[in-house]
Amino acid sequence: MAKSNPHDWLTHADRDKRGVPAGLWMLCDGCGSTVYRADVEDNLNVCPECDHHFYVPAAVRIAQLLDEDSFEEWHQGLSPLDPLEFADQKSYADRLAAEQKKTGLTEACVVGRGYMRGRPLVFGLTDAGFIMGSMGSVVGEKLTRAIEEATHLQLPLVIVSGSGGGARMHEGILSLMQMGKVSAALARFDQAGGLFISVMTHPTMGGVAASFASLGDFVIAEPKALIGFAGPRVIKSTVNMELPDDFQTSEFLLQYGFVDRIIRRHNLRSELARLIDYCGQ
Amino acid sequence: MPPLNQLVFERPIYVLEDRLADLEQQDDPSPEVRQEIRDLRVEITQKRREIFADLDAWQITQVARHPERPQTLDYLELVFDEFVELHGDRAYRDDPAMLTGLGTLDSLKVLFVGQHKGRNIKEREKHNYGMAHPEGYRKALGKMQMAAKFGLPIVCFIDTPGAYPGIEAEERGQAYNIAYNLREISKLETPIICVVIGEGGSGGALGIGIGDHIAILQYAYYSVISPEGCAGILWKDVKYRDKAAKALKFTSDNLQRLGVVDEVVEEPLGAAHRDHRQMARTLKASLMDAIRELSEFSSEELLERRYEKFRRLGVFDESADSDTAPDPDAGSDS
Ligand SMILES: [Zn+2]
Repeated sequence: MAKSNPHDWLTHADRDKRGVPAGLWMLCDGCGSTVYRADVEDNLNVCPECDHHFYVPAAVRIAQLLDEDSFEEWHQGLSPLDPLEFADQKSYADRLAAEQKKTGLTEACVVGRGYMRGRPLVFGLTDAGFIMGSMGSVVGEKLTRAIEEATHLQLPLVIVSGSGGGARMHEGILSLMQMGKVSAALARFDQAGGLFISVMTHPTMGGVAASFASLGDFVIAEPKALIGFAGPRVIKSTVNMELPDDFQTSEFLLQYGFVDRIIRRHNLRSELARLIDYCGQ
Repeated sequence: MPPLNQLVFERPIYVLEDRLADLEQQDDPSPEVRQEIRDLRVEITQKRREIFADLDAWQITQVARHPERPQTLDYLELVFDEFVELHGDRAYRDDPAMLTGLGTLDSLKVLFVGQHKGRNIKEREKHNYGMAHPEGYRKALGKMQMAAKFGLPIVCFIDTPGAYPGIEAEERGQAYNIAYNLREISKLETPIICVVIGEGGSGGALGIGIGDHIAILQYAYYSVISPEGCAGILWKDVKYRDKAAKALKFTSDNLQRLGVVDEVVEEPLGAAHRDHRQMARTLKASLMDAIRELSEFSSEELLERRYEKFRRLGVFDESADSDTAPDPDAGSDS
């Protein structure tokens, strides 16, 4: 049985090209089995064979975690611009248009309010499918507005992060500054006694890990997510050593003291609701 | 090949300077030689002005990383009258990449925090090229909290390629410690002045970069990612670092235009490495102005200004957003 390698996530998109037809069947990154797509979807996008947690798009995540039809999205129309007129081999403007078409989202972040097993809360997520879930101006602004609104409404706040990209390069320094902006908003929420639960999913890296995702009163991770500050390739080339097997996984972070609990997706909703109840909100 | 401490585009200046030095060594120079010396001096100034007026982003990156560029330990000597170093994070170890201590600027007492990259091989190894580990960020925050308790203004000098990307740094929570600094520094009830003196490398810079007055030296840079890192990811090859440097718009003029820095501190002609003392004098004046200005504000005003400073950063399009921005005073959800 192939061992799950959390460092492979960048290549997942290529898998379809390697002979397994997209559609009815899919290849599991965790165990290497070919599994029936409908079985995976019925199982909360988790491999029925090996419990590998697949990527979950924004709408599916909201459906999985919040009470049916309870989610009211905020600021859906807040759209990205191209303040640096950034272009690498492709212009940022074209990249944004392509990502919007691919995901059906305007940006990598969705925020709003809803109910979790009857408990009202403010909910946000970053979708790793949109420019690797990276944080630019819109992601920072939406999260900040959601945090400010949670402060005002005195509601618990849950943010599910999925971001391999960290701070988004295409918006340069403005992306970096979003880390400061969101963290300052969380400081005020914290001082007002707000409950913030951060749920890290695969992957949560760089500027996202180094800002809001690490600042929960509770920091929860899905199993075997890649979580860290520097990318594994950068670290490998810096230290010139093989990295430990479980390096930068949820389990690694739990072992070193940076994650409170690792929770399987099947239990996430009930466990989050239980944490909210403990904090009297 | 030019010596290591001379950048390729500085070469024409050094050629003229070498010629000047030769002429100046002549005993009893003729009137013609004296005239040539005078002309050369003018030419050198013009050449410096010409070259430095038109540097591209990658050239500025090289100036920011220049081996003879003044670093934190130089400024501690040239800008501060006294420096009482304080060590340790009270949890794991003292991180030599992050220096902290008490200092005075004329009559002003401050807490100093700054990364030091190292001016020679030995120093660079000791200070880990200015790349702090989690304990460095913890050390910085601990001293800053102490300063806030005693009402000391804080001066942070940023000069780092980035927070250290290593196995142990991850084990000890690099991401968490930077995040925690961002949140906690935003709450400190004392004036904080941050100056990017060389390299402002991403989260590793921002970890001591939350403040009330953000300044940058003219030829320093401050970026979400290094030009090499960006080129490697987006151009798939580090050799496109000059293209990445340009695209990232991380030079001081761009940062001012984007509203990220409050002040660009002018460097001596030919950049800081050509005249440490002049650079230090300008920087000291700028620091003292900023501290005096910020000391006028009450704690509440400071915290509100600091929040707004970061709150307003970001560029996006709201025209299609049907929700009004949540208004804290509106009394209803949006
Ligand atoms: Zn599997």
